[in-house]
Amino acid sequence: MATAAARTFALSAPLPLDNGQSLDGVIVAYETYGELAPGKDNAVLVCHALTGDQYVASTQPLTGKPGWWERMIGPDKPIDTNRFHVICANVIGGCMGSTGPASPAPDGKPYAMRFPVITIRDMVRAEVALLDGLGIERLHAVVGGSMGGMQALSLAANFPARAERVLAIATTARHSAQNIAFHEVGRQAVMADPDWQGGDYYGSGHSPDKGLSVARMAAHITYLSETGLTEKFGRNLQDRDAKSFGFDADFQVESYLRYQGSGFTRRFDANSYLYITRAMDYFDIAEEHGGKLADAFAGTPARFCLVSFDSDWLYPTAESRHVVHALNAAGAPVSFVELSAPFGHDSFLLDVPALDRVVKGFLA
Amino acid sequence: MSGLRPDLAVIAANVRPGTRVLDIGCGDGELMEVLQNERECDARGMEIDPVLVERAVARGLSVVQGDADRDLADYPDKTFDYAILSQTLQTAARPDRMLDELLRVGRKAFVSFPNFAHWRMRAQLAFTGRMPVTRHLPVSWFETQNIHHVTVTDFRDLVAARGVKVEREWFFSGAQPVGPALANLRAEYAVFELSR
Repeated sequence: MATAAARTFALSAPLPLDNGQSLDGVIVAYETYGELAPGKDNAVLVCHALTGDQYVASTQPLTGKPGWWERMIGPDKPIDTNRFHVICANVIGGCMGSTGPASPAPDGKPYAMRFPVITIRDMVRAEVALLDGLGIERLHAVVGGSMGGMQALSLAANFPARAERVLAIATTARHSAQNIAFHEVGRQAVMADPDWQGGDYYGSGHSPDKGLSVARMAAHITYLSETGLTEKFGRNLQDRDAKSFGFDADFQVESYLRYQGSGFTRRFDANSYLYITRAMDYFDIAEEHGGKLADAFAGTPARFCLVSFDSDWLYPTAESRHVVHALNAAGAPVSFVELSAPFGHDSFLLDVPALDRVVKGFLA
Repeated sequence: MSGLRPDLAVIAANVRPGTRVLDIGCGDGELMEVLQNERECDARGMEIDPVLVERAVARGLSVVQGDADRDLADYPDKTFDYAILSQTLQTAARPDRMLDELLRVGRKAFVSFPNFAHWRMRAQLAFTGRMPVTRHLPVSWFETQNIHHVTVTDFRDLVAARGVKVEREWFFSGAQPVGPALANLRAEYAVFELSR
């Protein structure tokens, strides 16, 4: 893998937020891969999803696992680091080095629930401040899937001069009632855990792992497809020949979800989960632009590509088409394809060779 | 523009350079690529088959996966200088409405289609009593995507009835141009340039 250094950037000015406040002393943690060209014109900003981080193509330090998009980013890969300088930043509100609820507030104690409620646009503002700091005026492309795709679209709508190409995968221009509903289940699971302690669990020796684990389990189901789950697990039993007539994880799918849930608590902060899901729920680009999505992209100089997956029921194809329609109405050059894949929403992270070809072709 | 199918070559040669073009049923973008690279057009495409869309996007073209019968409605009036419909009219649910949509989103339109009144077709139907299968319509009746077979004369009638003007027309037998005389009998396929 290309060299990756743990890097942080301290914003020199307070970050203005959509809630009207501003946040002082913001730190953005980021990773880069591949060389920045002398003209600084080969940068590709990759935006991560809800529980992702800046370790897009290098080993995640807490889990020791490969980066979440190693298959996409690297030498001779679809986002070719021989050619592109790839930047991936941890979003603000996150927990991998960027300022978030676990960071110290001016009084030295963690913000916890005193952290301001942020939006996707606030995350993008921090990313743009990072680009300013790096001296990158114009990105070759901004790329993201799921919440990363929301950031890509938000950057295009709010900072239209900053990216030549916008690639938004398995995403939406607004969170639907169903999306918000699922997130609310997760947040309530976290806040119902007695160890959450009103969010002030830092340093207490207890954190709301059970609640966060349930939140992750519920969310994880939304990332998969029924076909995928059936193919992978069916009704197979886990390590036993017969049902236990109890509440152990009899089924493989139960065991799998419990594993996903508990693994997640080791690498993610529960309050970050609350704040980031809230940011996604508030997301509505049309609302930010007078109610008409096409107006958000009026006069945009960027080329767009949207990709959806036929088995994704969290951000279904209709959501991408809605964006495509608005981009057409705004006269923007836009490509769109619904790819066939069995993995549900998670398809953007998994082995879908057609996605690789689309990404490579669009960035070329 | 060599290598293009003759109807596409005619269209490519007659689209004014630098214009905005929508290629409906653009396949893997072979015509679009020529329009974009050799005619400096702003070429956009629509294609229903995701595999073909993926190939077109991989070529760096702007193609939206969609069903022309439904999704042309998404485009505002006169978005394009030309709307192109090559060998697709006969697959439309309502070719008459498709024609209206073409001249709504485009100022002008190019339409090409296989001529079902070509003498070989007539002969097959007359002498064998079976639906013709030819080099330009090679698929049996039960598996063809073509649901509205059309002839040059039918198309002229439709165009006249919709108040559409024929700007220019081209006829081919194989790759060979055929004159307009007896085109309905001699042409295997036709290309029309239309306007309102």
